Amino acid sequence: MSTAPVPPAIELAGISKRFGAVAANRDVSLAVAVGSIHGIVGENGAGKSTLMSILYGFYEADAGEIRVAGKPRRIRSPADAIAAGIGMVHQHFMLVDTLSVVENVVLGAEGGARLKGGLAKARAELARLSREYGLAIEPDAIVGELSVGLQQRVEILKALYRGAEVLILDEPTAVLTPAEADQLFALLRALKAQGKTVILITHKLREIMAVTDTVSVMRRGEMVAGFRTAETSPPALAEAMVGRRVLLRVEKPPRERGAAVLEAVGLTCRDARGTETLRDVGLTLHAGEIVGIAGVAGNGQSELLEVLAGLVQPTRGVIRLGGRILTAADRHPARLRERGVMHVPEDRQRSGLVTAFSAAENAILGYQGDPAFRAGPFLSPARIEAHARTAFAAYDVRPPDPALKTAKFSGGNQQKIVLAREIERHPRVLLVGQPTRGVDIGAIEFIHRRLVELRDAGVAILLVSVELEEVMALSDRILALCGGRITGERAAERADERELGLLMAGVTDEAA
Amino acid sequence: MDWLQTLAVVLDSMVRLSIPLICAAMAGLWSEKAGVVDIGLEGKMLVAAFAAAVAAYASGSAWVGLGAGILASVALALLHGFAAITWRGNQIVSGVAVNMLAAGLSVVLGNAWYGQGGRTPSLEGAARFGELTLPFARWAREHVPVLGLFYDEVVSGHAAPAYLAILCVLATALMLKRTRFGLRIRAVGENPAAVDTAGISVAGLRYAAVAICGLLCGLGGTYLAVAQSAGFLPQMTAGRGFIALAAVIFANWRPWPALGACLLFGLLDAVAIRLQGVSLPGIGLVPVEAIQALPYLMTIILLAGFIGKATPPKASGIPYVKER
Amino acid sequence: MSAAPIDLPRWADTALVPLVSVAAALLVAGLVVIGIGENPLEATALLLRGALGSAEGIGFTLYYTTNFIFTGLAVAVAFHAGLFNIGGEGQATVAGIFAALACTALSAMPGFLSVAGFLAAPIAILAAAAGGAAYAFVPGWLQAKRGSHVVITTIMLNFVAATLIVYLLREVIGKVGSMQPETPDFPPQAVLAPMHQLLAPLGLKLPATPLNSAFLLALMALVAVWLLIWRTRLGYAIRTVGANPRAAAYAGISPAAVTMVAMAISGALAGGLAVNEALGVQHRLVLDFTAGYGFVGIAVALMGRGHPVGVGLAALLFGVLYQGGAELSFDKPTITRDMVVVIGGVLILFAGALDGLFRKLVALALGRGGPG
Repeated sequence: MSTAPVPPAIELAGISKRFGAVAANRDVSLAVAVGSIHGIVGENGAGKSTLMSILYGFYEADAGEIRVAGKPRRIRSPADAIAAGIGMVHQHFMLVDTLSVVENVVLGAEGGARLKGGLAKARAELARLSREYGLAIEPDAIVGELSVGLQQRVEILKALYRGAEVLILDEPTAVLTPAEADQLFALLRALKAQGKTVILITHKLREIMAVTDTVSVMRRGEMVAGFRTAETSPPALAEAMVGRRVLLRVEKPPRERGAAVLEAVGLTCRDARGTETLRDVGLTLHAGEIVGIAGVAGNGQSELLEVLAGLVQPTRGVIRLGGRILTAADRHPARLRERGVMHVPEDRQRSGLVTAFSAAENAILGYQGDPAFRAGPFLSPARIEAHARTAFAAYDVRPPDPALKTAKFSGGNQQKIVLAREIERHPRVLLVGQPTRGVDIGAIEFIHRRLVELRDAGVAILLVSVELEEVMALSDRILALCGGRITGERAAERADERELGLLMAGVTDEAA
Repeated sequence: MDWLQTLAVVLDSMVRLSIPLICAAMAGLWSEKAGVVDIGLEGKMLVAAFAAAVAAYASGSAWVGLGAGILASVALALLHGFAAITWRGNQIVSGVAVNMLAAGLSVVLGNAWYGQGGRTPSLEGAARFGELTLPFARWAREHVPVLGLFYDEVVSGHAAPAYLAILCVLATALMLKRTRFGLRIRAVGENPAAVDTAGISVAGLRYAAVAICGLLCGLGGTYLAVAQSAGFLPQMTAGRGFIALAAVIFANWRPWPALGACLLFGLLDAVAIRLQGVSLPGIGLVPVEAIQALPYLMTIILLAGFIGKATPPKASGIPYVKER
Repeated sequence: MSAAPIDLPRWADTALVPLVSVAAALLVAGLVVIGIGENPLEATALLLRGALGSAEGIGFTLYYTTNFIFTGLAVAVAFHAGLFNIGGEGQATVAGIFAALACTALSAMPGFLSVAGFLAAPIAILAAAAGGAAYAFVPGWLQAKRGSHVVITTIMLNFVAATLIVYLLREVIGKVGSMQPETPDFPPQAVLAPMHQLLAPLGLKLPATPLNSAFLLALMALVAVWLLIWRTRLGYAIRTVGANPRAAAYAGISPAAVTMVAMAISGALAGGLAVNEALGVQHRLVLDFTAGYGFVGIAVALMGRGHPVGVGLAALLFGVLYQGGAELSFDKPTITRDMVVVIGGVLILFAGALDGLFRKLVALALGRGGPG
């Protein structure tokens, strides 16, 4: 891939790694030239993070070789990686919130049993790095009190302080505002100018096009393509990422939307720290339509779902269901379910299922109060199991064994258990978060078909997904959310990816 | 000047009663700072007290007793570490096990060896830590008004482990704040993943902290049996390990405030003993139990956030598992 | 109770692993016995004969078992809600105080006792349960509403209860003129009938032992807890909160409310210890009647895997150890009954904290070790 006379900064040859039955990486090879920015793209679960964790010594590969600057290296721990001049900025920062910036920077590279010398050296080095790269930061600030963008800087400084020549960044913009992301890209270019090598992992094609020199594409654990960025295009990358373009082909007959079912006016929400997560959000769901929410993760989608599902109380605003205003007492998950507002949560394992329970017990989660599941005053395992058996058959849950522990089902089948549970209760409104995250292709098609059928049957559906293509393929209308605010609305047939991207980045209709 | 004398005596007794608390509190601090919750301080002190008394009696040397006390306590600490760190077991469960093991084993062995219902024979002479008189104590008492009295009565006249305990507070504070090891300990209790990705062994650090915890409990237990008393009595720790735990919480996991909390709890104990059976005008017989319950009640109130806020190290009690 | 990374067949998980850890704990105890120069086999024989070799022995064994069923269930119910209640001792103490207060009040109402004496025992039992529940509700409330960790608060409350009972017995409800810290005898209508009296009309002649009708209550509690946990909506809610509080909130279950309710139930069960000891055996409130049974309850719950059947069996094992241990120490003065405390500690370590190790060992033995 590289024609440089010097050996590549990083070379991976035939890397394989399995986790139990899952092949996270299969015979992956990669070469990254010194002084370049290399992007690795792929969908969630394509194996990008695993590959980089192997390079950083967090996991050991089952097979394959790593060469750094032409020399084979065994990297069995992060310490080995650091010694080989590799630094990594993880998606979830590896920072100690209660320590200061400079203490975080020296951790593991203190340079002596007493801290004093190391801290002084680090201060001087931080000052130098700040000048060189424009990375201004207060060395004595407590890390937990810094903004996310500044915390990321600390992570980068940490790697540079350890003498990293190769810097790996795992989904660095997932938590950044567009302005912060631009600053980051400027910094990456500055690093490149100094001869450093950068590996950028992302699933956002825009970023790849904006900042990388070369790019490779991963799909289902394999390296499927490599390009010079200048010679490729987002559609070409997208095709390589997705392979069969299932996401974009959802059979969706046109349908007249019905009456308004769920209306929200002026919804505003604050999190525990008092930050506004939703600002003055208004939306209407009609019977028989799918409204998609487009947005970068962390821009209020989760909160919107939670408020509408009664899991979080808004600080301001009104929700109407079938024309009637919901009181605070109505805005409770159990009350809302009684009125036909069903919810498929974004993270099924964290909130949609109790993985330690049997599948049958999960098939009644949220509906445990239904008298149909009781015999006399007591819960009836036989009735619960019969209910689960029917629901699982309708949703092709495999294996169709209600007694099996839920943790033992695959991701796709777990999702089907949740969908079966919520959809079989005949919702008026269905709130769906990330319906196909971590789900295999066959199940994705099945789930998409079900959602469209439900819409055709007159259910009002709110769809939240980080996969813009999924939102575009399924929705009748798309609302873009940025910083907790609705920045625009498009009819699905008139929406294009570029324009939605701008809205998601906060460029509103008025400003545009 | 009679009340001054009384005050000095009460303060002296406060120091004596605080020493085991101080040792155990520093022990708990190390362990919890590193992310390993330890409710087995009590058991470790108890085993140390037993081992120290046995060894001191057998050898005739209090210092040999101290060595044995520390060894026994460290062994129990490493057992807790083995369960909590290597096997990622529930740290509370392991702590309860340590306490029961210590309570049972000390009596079973003591009874089998000495046949006195679990007590060890009384220690005499060099088998017990004597009171050290600091330089100029007698002279100061006679020649320096007030301060001299307090110097002689409160500061001077304690056994060697008592002074070691105070040194341990200083060492703990300095090490945590100023050394590489201390920084890493503070980091591993907050975010072990950060330590792991920095190329440092999480388990290694936690084992080290747990061992230090054992050492300090060993000192505290030894003080109880070989300095404060002249031998081991069944259940002689009598909840001090838990009061120390309370002191650590009270001090928000900081060494100097923990010392303060231990002295405060020691003072309460000293006052309660002093007021036993005393009838005060207006109050009548003082309900000593109320004073004894104060450390526990104060801790509950603090934990509930009614006054101040207790924030434990973020990762304490959570076994470290690498995540994808 | 803890996330199990090692996959075992259900029978191995529920039966084999606890059995292996019990065997290992008894092995450790055997080593201690050897260490103090006695023959462990002889000791075991003496212990078993003492516990099960006579009707009297069995009576005592079941009397101890009663205590362990109550304290074991108390810990188990809290476990299902993801809570570690180590406050059994304190809750039983306060339960005893409440029972004593109820009995004191009943004694002051001879008219009521003569008319409705049959109500006295149920009132005293309910008072005990209410006392235990109230004293456990406090840490439950503190956890649910103020975020204070239940483990620490229950430890602290154990000590508070210990000082409270000293004060009350000395100053408030103590027997006047007695040097012992104890209450006057409870009215005879309020105490529970001994088993040998209960069964006498059936023609069964049993030796007099402390075994009383609280044992029947304990058996009922086993069934009731099984029904509660696996057959009621509340039990479903308790298990959901224990396994995944976020999923509970999603399902419309309030983790805060369940935390408080589960703690109260746990405390009420711990109160059963006071019922057996104060109402069933002593017929008055004495100091230190909890005698560490609350802590052994943790071992019982861990060994029994939180299931009433397991709790019942584990409680029986500890009943045997307690009664047999007492007889053993009579024959062999070098082996004191504190040996049982050692076994309890080792069991908590093996069946609780080192569960992962034992699962791994069993998995290896079954040829399911695999990688990792």
